[in-house]
Amino acid sequence: MSAHSIETGSGGGLVKWIDSRLPIFSYMQKEYGEYPAPRNFNYWWNFGALAMFLLVTMIVTGLWLAMQYTPHVDLAFDSVQRIMRDVNSGWFIRLVHVNGGSFFFIVVYIHIFRGMYYGSFKAPRELLWMLGVIILLLMMATAFMGYVLPWGQLSFWGATVITNLFSAIPLVGDSIVTWLWGGFTVDNPTLNRFYALHFLLPFLIVGVVGLHVVALHVTGSNNPLGIEPKSQQDTVPFHPYYTVKDSFGLGVFLVIFAAVVFFAPDFFSEPENYEKADFLKTPEEIVPEWYFLPFFAILRSVPAIWFVEAKLAGVIAMFGSIFVLFALPWLDTAKVRSGKFRPIFRWFFLIFLVDCLLLGFVGGKPPNSPVFESIESFEFIDLGRITTAWYFIHFFIILPLLGRFERPLPLPDSISAAVLGSHSGGGPAASGATAKPMEKA
Amino acid sequence: MLGRLQIAFVGLAAMVASPMVGAMAAEAGKAREPTELEWSFDGIFGQFDRAELQRGFHVFNQVCANCHSLEHIAYRHLSGIGLSEDEIKAIAAEVEVTDGPDEFGDNFQRPGRPSDPYRHPFDNEQQARAANGGALPPDLTLITKARPAGPDYVHAVLTGYGEAPPSEFEVTEGKDYNPYFKTWTIAMAEPLFEDAVEYADGTEASVDQMSRDVSAFLAWAAEPELERRKQTGFVVVAFLIILAGLLYASKRQMWAKLH
Amino acid sequence: MTEQVQDHDGHDEDRRDFLYIATGAFAATIGAAAIWPFIDAWNPSADVLAQASTEVDLGAIEEGQSVTVVWRGKPVFIRHRTGTEISSADEPPDGLPDPQSDGDRVLKPEWLVVVGICTHLGCVPLGQKVGENRGEFGGWFCPCHGSHYDTSGRIRKGPAPRNLEVPEYAFLTDTSIRIG
Repeated sequence: MSAHSIETGSGGGLVKWIDSRLPIFSYMQKEYGEYPAPRNFNYWWNFGALAMFLLVTMIVTGLWLAMQYTPHVDLAFDSVQRIMRDVNSGWFIRLVHVNGGSFFFIVVYIHIFRGMYYGSFKAPRELLWMLGVIILLLMMATAFMGYVLPWGQLSFWGATVITNLFSAIPLVGDSIVTWLWGGFTVDNPTLNRFYALHFLLPFLIVGVVGLHVVALHVTGSNNPLGIEPKSQQDTVPFHPYYTVKDSFGLGVFLVIFAAVVFFAPDFFSEPENYEKADFLKTPEEIVPEWYFLPFFAILRSVPAIWFVEAKLAGVIAMFGSIFVLFALPWLDTAKVRSGKFRPIFRWFFLIFLVDCLLLGFVGGKPPNSPVFESIESFEFIDLGRITTAWYFIHFFIILPLLGRFERPLPLPDSISAAVLGSHSGGGPAASGATAKPMEKA
Repeated sequence: MLGRLQIAFVGLAAMVASPMVGAMAAEAGKAREPTELEWSFDGIFGQFDRAELQRGFHVFNQVCANCHSLEHIAYRHLSGIGLSEDEIKAIAAEVEVTDGPDEFGDNFQRPGRPSDPYRHPFDNEQQARAANGGALPPDLTLITKARPAGPDYVHAVLTGYGEAPPSEFEVTEGKDYNPYFKTWTIAMAEPLFEDAVEYADGTEASVDQMSRDVSAFLAWAAEPELERRKQTGFVVVAFLIILAGLLYASKRQMWAKLH
Repeated sequence: MTEQVQDHDGHDEDRRDFLYIATGAFAATIGAAAIWPFIDAWNPSADVLAQASTEVDLGAIEEGQSVTVVWRGKPVFIRHRTGTEISSADEPPDGLPDPQSDGDRVLKPEWLVVVGICTHLGCVPLGQKVGENRGEFGGWFCPCHGSHYDTSGRIRKGPAPRNLEVPEYAFLTDTSIRIG
């Protein structure tokens, strides 16, 4: 006890005094100061930090919007316009929030595909990956409810269509939908509960992100080579090396983000949502926000299977397309993590990426129109069926088979050998070609 | 991350996808594409033309406002199109506003004030429909944002009257043919004709001129923050580019000894 | 950072430090600027400011009559004072709690404009309507704790510390004013 009273003497002493009771300083020092990070991260590893930045940005701008927004069907649309016109800097805060949502998904999708390519989900990082999938699910729920709040035409009809999905559940479906709505249509009670949840969920995301980071710091980060660091040579302290690198990435990101916010604020939005919700007038096309389009395509593509009607089958497939990610660590049986050393996987990864982009493309088109002008009979619904089928084939057939039959390239001995090897012009055959460009990505 | 072959593959996929986009353009709806016009507020440097906005407001106030509302605009907002406080007061005072209740519990009429919302032509939706053959004249505050073609669309609809419909197309009794409107049949009778208004600045009030002016005015009404947004944007983006440059230099310095 | 000092010579170190300081300062400036919109968003918005001034037509207020108008969510008392009210306000005794001459409290002697909120604890004083208790000095009387105001709105008796506040106002014409 006497030691404690001495520690309170100076400024440094105060830090010690606090730290011996609540170790926040030594925790920060350990997890962000010294945290040994593989020295060979490329720029694809910046997107986790960018996602963190956007989460904070969305919460702050969202909180400020909540101070001016009115969650009532008669006033919501007007209150958003009041924010744009009368509230000081309201337009700025709202445009950051609106576009921040889209950029959040861009960043997180890149983060996910990075993990898929470099095998970041493989043992021992399965839980880290699964926590990430939970974050994705929470983000989707938050984004969906947030889109309802401005109470435009697509807000209303999007909410109507998506909540109606639950009517696909046998027996209790209709009761569940009525329960979700708190009425017999999407109306004021629905708007109010969506608003409350849209406010709450981001804080749950913060909590799961915390767990995501804890899990990351237990196993350590994966890296582009997919091999574990063996010696101190293979790692650098997170600070200042990756703090400065993440900051640079953030700087570049902010330039792009600001360019959209200030010069093309409606780039991601649908004109239709600038009309106030009208429950008597369905828009010609109800299109979800762009980041839901691949899932929307899957929803519409699945036909009735045996005794399961098409609506239910579509809902199952749509949710399945996300939940399959939970099983990814066990579906991909390859022993080698990084796609860099998997010559066949690289191709299938690319095909999968294109498949997802095509799904997004199909999701934004009317299903019964032809894909090519010259081929009348080939409609978007057909393209949707092919791409949906491939999505699941990739997970359930390609990945397990690749793990069994693919012959990976030889792995370098260590991260430092691969990175430093290129400087002397030599190095192992496998890494020689990739070591230097990795840094630039 | 990707080799040359893979990049070629993406390129191929893009080539396959591009005719799909083309196919969609011809298919999407049957309304005619509005002619693309040049607007002073186009592009990243574009700003509003105050004289054009004021002429546009004049057209709106004299013609459009008889049926269409401008819900999110108050008279005080008109300072954004360059009107002075006294001009705004005078315009607001032209309308009678119902206020109240007074000390006896009765509503009363008074001249409008700058803080009042821009006048609504009808008391409620039912009245608006009844006065317009069942059709509801939409609110126009956000019309240029709610249509993909923006002010081009407004201009196209306003100038799109007078053509003979295709022979097989039947126009409903009491409505007009307008190929730029999504159903080709529009409940709004041709609203503008030569010299429908008299411009204070002596500009000739042709139908095209009035349509342009009012379209520009509605673009302002939809997005009054546009000028401030772009001006702020230049400063912000410039600063961020410098910051990114500095961070890049710092990153290079920091990592130099590792390589 | 300390490790770098050890394995590099001082000259190099200076240049690098300058770069880091410049970058940090620049980032801090942008960060600080980014906070401003959030602070500014709490200031009264344009629609609130539009209600911040109220124009009142005095033409209908007869001599001896008072009206109450609402300005920024507060009652404002406008009294068309009679000759006797003006003269009684003109000669205040010494030793008032908040000494002020009547001339400092009005723009035109016939018109007294004050915020109708008792300076004690924020009640609305009586005396606007005919027959209401106007207190011992013919002005207003606050029923909450018994403060008496005179015909210039000055506190004469009771616990209130200050005179009724005179809002900022101006005559637009002879018979109309703008408050705020």
